[in-house]
Amino acid sequence: MNNDRRKVLKSTGGMAVLGLAASAGLFKPGSAWAQGWNKDAFATKNMADTVKAMGGSGAAQSADIVIASPDIAENGAVVPFTISSRLPKTESIALLVEKNPNVLAASFNIPAGTEAGVTTRVKMGQTSNVSALVKADGKFYYTTKEVKVTMGGCGG
Amino acid sequence: MADPMKIRATMAGDKVEVKVLMSHEMETGQRKDSKGAAIPAHFIQNVTATHNGKVVLSAEWGPAVSKNPFLSFKFAGGKPGDKVSITWTDNKGEKRTDEATVS
Repeated sequence: MNNDRRKVLKSTGGMAVLGLAASAGLFKPGSAWAQGWNKDAFATKNMADTVKAMGGSGAAQSADIVIASPDIAENGAVVPFTISSRLPKTESIALLVEKNPNVLAASFNIPAGTEAGVTTRVKMGQTSNVSALVKADGKFYYTTKEVKVTMGGCGG
Repeated sequence: MADPMKIRATMAGDKVEVKVLMSHEMETGQRKDSKGAAIPAHFIQNVTATHNGKVVLSAEWGPAVSKNPFLSFKFAGGKPGDKVSITWTDNKGEKRTDEATVS
């Protein structure tokens, strides 16, 4: 019992140190970290902050972005989304779940030649508005739809 | 070491449709174990897809992406026999690369 507790303390302590080291930028940008991960964007709690963390100043609503998903998701642990953009020069597509602990779920960079559409599956803690945030020709656009969740996917 | 990805790359008209199923726990860091201790986050942060060495999709993911993530997209300029390679890297620095042939 005591042994277990020590192990837990030790491992969580280690994680905290690792986290600190990472946030202090102590890790050299090796191959594993080369691509980068927008830590600030993934810590945001609403879309306005996400746009800021991605280097934008605001986002305009657009009818040229389509979110295809179930309107009611029975299992919040696996909710499929297909996001497509008809905006010219679409550079990136991000998926945001408003009521998740952190709104940003995933962000995709679309190089020229790749269709501006991705399909993936995300977790939703509860019924929430889901937004697709698209960066096209340097500007941000979004569209939002509500997805009802019968059983949350973030609980223990 | 993580299990291999399942990758399908097929021609859909003049484009290549890529479907990837990765094997990863995608632990959020929000959950607690039976003793009440927080389970540390463990999730894929970066995904890169390349076709003949050229990046055709790159992604940054948070822990909200579902366990055993699925990803699908289409790109132009591919033909049957080409190689499509996918690499992911998680927040612990683990990584895995798998390859598929376009059919």
